[in-house]
Amino acid sequence: MNALELDAVSYAYPGGRAPALAEVTLQVAPGELVIVAGDSGSGKSTLLRVANGLAPHFHGGTFSGRAIVAGLDTRERGPGELAAAVGTLFQDPETQVVMGTVRAELAFPLENRGQPPGAVARGVEESALALGIGHLLDRSTAELSGGELQRVALAAALAGDPALLVLDEPTSQLDPVAGDELIGVLRRLNEDRDTAILLAEHRLERCLAAADRVVALDQGRLVCDAPPAAFLEWALASAPELATPGARLLAGAGLRPAPGVKAARAALREQGLLPRENKIDPPIAGETHTRRRKDAALRFDRVWHELRDGPAILRAASLTIAPGERVALMGRNGAGKSTLLRHAAGLMQPTRGRISTGGRVALLLQNPTDYLVHETVGEEAAPEALRIAGLDPASFAGRHPRDLSGGEKQRLALAVVLGDPAAPPPAVICLDEPTRGMDRRLKGELAALLRGVEAAVLVATHDPEFVAEFADRVVLLADGAPIADGPAAEILATGTYFATETARILGGAGGALTPVQGVALLTREAEVLV
Amino acid sequence: MSYRRRASPLHAARAGVAVGYCLALGCAALLLSAPLTLAATTLAIVLAGVAAGVGRELLRAAPFAIVLGLLVMVVNALVVRDGLTVILRLGDVPVLGHADVTLEATVYGAVLGLRAVALILCGALYTAAVDPDEVLRLFRRLSFRSALTAAISTRMVPILIRDSRRLADAQRCRPGRPPSRVMLMRAATAGLLDRALDVAAALEVRGYGGARRPPHARRPYNRHDLAFAASAIGVLALAIGARVGGLAPFRAYPTLHTPLPAGEWALVAGLLACVLLPFAERRGIE
Repeated sequence: MNALELDAVSYAYPGGRAPALAEVTLQVAPGELVIVAGDSGSGKSTLLRVANGLAPHFHGGTFSGRAIVAGLDTRERGPGELAAAVGTLFQDPETQVVMGTVRAELAFPLENRGQPPGAVARGVEESALALGIGHLLDRSTAELSGGELQRVALAAALAGDPALLVLDEPTSQLDPVAGDELIGVLRRLNEDRDTAILLAEHRLERCLAAADRVVALDQGRLVCDAPPAAFLEWALASAPELATPGARLLAGAGLRPAPGVKAARAALREQGLLPRENKIDPPIAGETHTRRRKDAALRFDRVWHELRDGPAILRAASLTIAPGERVALMGRNGAGKSTLLRHAAGLMQPTRGRISTGGRVALLLQNPTDYLVHETVGEEAAPEALRIAGLDPASFAGRHPRDLSGGEKQRLALAVVLGDPAAPPPAVICLDEPTRGMDRRLKGELAALLRGVEAAVLVATHDPEFVAEFADRVVLLADGAPIADGPAAEILATGTYFATETARILGGAGGALTPVQGVALLTREAEVLV
Repeated sequence: MSYRRRASPLHAARAGVAVGYCLALGCAALLLSAPLTLAATTLAIVLAGVAAGVGRELLRAAPFAIVLGLLVMVVNALVVRDGLTVILRLGDVPVLGHADVTLEATVYGAVLGLRAVALILCGALYTAAVDPDEVLRLFRRLSFRSALTAAISTRMVPILIRDSRRLADAQRCRPGRPPSRVMLMRAATAGLLDRALDVAAALEVRGYGGARRPPHARRPYNRHDLAFAASAIGVLALAIGARVGGLAPFRAYPTLHTPLPAGEWALVAGLLACVLLPFAERRGIE
């Protein structure tokens, strides 16, 4: 019996103009790890919501075809009954953890099934051990970090050993380390428990090596269903925005694409193309002499932020950003990135140290919807500001902000914080995790937009591929202070977690970060060898 | 303000007992009217909060409680015409008419205000010291969906506080004139609906929709369960006994009558001892 069988499933949300899924036929066998790929709005989340019964039982709408989950027909069983067979993990850990303590959260799905206390206690222990969160069991869920919350939510989804686990971009809010750990945990669960996994993800380079198959959706239609290597070949030919940087690097070098860093390195090594590692020594924070200019757009001078009855979030953080400079701020969850941006914009005051700016600091926080309070886009921002943010006033001014797509909301919020174009422009634009949930095309558009503005730009992000596209300089933060600070090519080529896939494949050789730079490097090396 | 497990005897007691303890304190505040006994009850609640390690949480609730208490006192003093000792002649006041403030109405208003303060602090003690998940388990055998809805509503409070802080921060980042309160309210409401939908979807996929009645879980009573249960019974007995037996006589109108007999002092001592004694036992509180 398959973990999931979709037979010609079509689904349209209530009031939806076009079907979100159209004639999708798909089988997922027990123990398979299947990745769902596609651009924003292609139907990935809807596919997962069909698998767990939320579509149509929770959302309403029009459903046709047949969806069977571990032998249960979703037309006859609602999500509550299907919960025993399918575990679900959404993108935002904050809204899916509903109980006060971790123990209660893990017990909740088991208690809902009417299991006796002994079975509940055992299920809680097993789920906690499987996810390595035994030490968190008696902690309050309100105290956990994003990564910990996501693990707890995953453990709750796994409680009761479901046949199928569906995950909607579970790593989008995690730093690269926590993201890789989560993918590793999924692979282990998949192997140990024979749990089938259906994983929707934008950052395919993160999880492709662990997958058995990839299904790609385009406007609700299934356009590819193949093993990872074959999917990459298809993507290079038919949907380049879905091809991973590694695949584009290998294709540029005239090789067949291979999923994952290990396979890509093997392919290059086999052809004698793998360059010798000539990593540049990573620059240490504070050594860069050009930073202490008097006309700085933003300067942090030994800034501390110490919580009352709590730890210090910033510890003597010093940082100078020159006018027009594009800087990426990277680091693990909890390293102090968001706190630093909030200090820059004056939302928080340092407990020690000094911050000076060369003018207004515009800050775009993580959730763009928080900025949008008016009834129309035209009321939110002036036409010129909309134009600067990449929104055509003629087409957007009359629309309701909440009807915009995620990328459009991001641009509108950017237009809002940029302010009236007639007023003096901001000296610095700060953005906090602007690429969460964005596909590669939208990220590319945002990077181009940020490269086009006159102000200095400071972006806190976990996404090295995005950083490679827009940043001149990268500051790596740990424990509230910069630990590395230098040109993007040096920082991103010398790390493991905070490195692009191209840099990881090439071992940081030549500071190549993007497939284009990697191909150029390989070509040069090949010419030297000849 | 929300629950966080702490190493205290009250946190170590089961939710049913802790709920009973808080209810007994609330009942004492409602049953006792004499200023001294009511002040002692309020003090007992504060000391219980400090002993449970949630003094800071009670302190956070205190400003609201005190403002409300003062409001009750002022309104009573302005509105009630009883009492013979006039301390302030306001003359003709719009809406209120001829207003003379009497000592008796002011003192009685203060007693009512103090009762409001005691009840609010009692609620704060419950919120900070009683595990809501355990309360959910306790009550869902009676009515699962009602209990869950109530518990989830409580759970939404910290989420909404975080959301409103985020919204406020985002608005502080807007250059130019800030949007009106109506606009902000509308945006907050829309955000609230989105949040409620997300939480509802999460509940569905955790099996809430197909929830079955959970079997009864037997758990041995620990020493703190027994101590706080005895304390709750003792507090209730003292409060009811004092009310029925007239141990703490108090009359506000027409003139103040607060004799403070020896029995009332004994009642105060007994009440404080009863409320605080369970905290003396520190074994097994982790």
